[in-house]
Amino acid sequence: MSTETTDERHPLFMPVILLGGLVFGFGLGLSQMAKPEVVLDFLQFDDLGLLFVMGGAAAVTAVTFAVATRLDRTAPLTGRAYTRRLKSMDRNVLVGGGIFGVGWGISGICPGAAYASVGIGNLPILWAIGGMFLGAYAQGYLRARVSGDSTSAVGAD
Amino acid sequence: MLDIATFFPNGIGHYALGGLLIGLGATVIYLATGIIAGASTFLESTLSYVSKLPRFNQGKYLRSRDWRVVFTLGIVGGAAIYAFLFNGWFTTEVQWWRLLGGGFLVGVGTRLGKGCTSGHGVCGIGSASQTSIVNVVTFMAVAIGTAQLVQALGVSP
Repeated sequence: MSTETTDERHPLFMPVILLGGLVFGFGLGLSQMAKPEVVLDFLQFDDLGLLFVMGGAAAVTAVTFAVATRLDRTAPLTGRAYTRRLKSMDRNVLVGGGIFGVGWGISGICPGAAYASVGIGNLPILWAIGGMFLGAYAQGYLRARVSGDSTSAVGAD
Repeated sequence: MLDIATFFPNGIGHYALGGLLIGLGATVIYLATGIIAGASTFLESTLSYVSKLPRFNQGKYLRSRDWRVVFTLGIVGGAAIYAFLFNGWFTTEVQWWRLLGGGFLVGVGTRLGKGCTSGHGVCGIGSASQTSIVNVVTFMAVAIGTAQLVQALGVSP
């Protein structure tokens, strides 16, 4: 099993996370996806260049996953197995995707691009990040109310 | 004859290169740690710092919340490095209520739908996950419809 508790982490764990984030964020800046206007231009069919952003990124991860999952090795810093990102299908995947789509179409911004947008000095994007936190909180709060909370009771909020 | 270039008024170079770097950032983290990093789990895991709601205090969020903060700060920093090197500083003209309202729906949708543009769109598609393909097709179609409707209503930017 993995050694990811805070005290047992590999000393390079956090530096690698930071490095990956830096490259990821640099790519988001370069790709122009950190600008809501560019995303809206894409969604309105004025400039379809964003296809190459998501396509290019997915092509790289596809090669990475294909190679790594065949290596018969575990990740050096954590001992984790290399797996693919496979989540179970249910109605929420559709409903959530639809709600996400309405929000993305209104604002032109998604979570990763929003963080990168802060980096390029776009302070009004804090409205969007604030909205995302509120939205994430609202769904967590409502789902707990609706389901009587399936996760363990750590205490009421 | 339809000229394909009209759909790419700004070329594709920086879009494709940005996308490759986004994939590379995810690859660095994945190969070193086995972790498939999406951008939107940060929202819920960070809420665990300020909310006692059990949903946000599940083990998977408590164990990952510190490195997710580092990952997000990396994204901000990487985009800032891009802006510094290429004079890419930017402030959006999109109105605050679109950012806030759209951001709220993005926050609800990504958490309900188990991922966002990076989780489903990049890593899930890269994993050839059917769940992710369904989610991405859904949010893409809805976002295109929404953005075009907003434009048709005369809201700009």
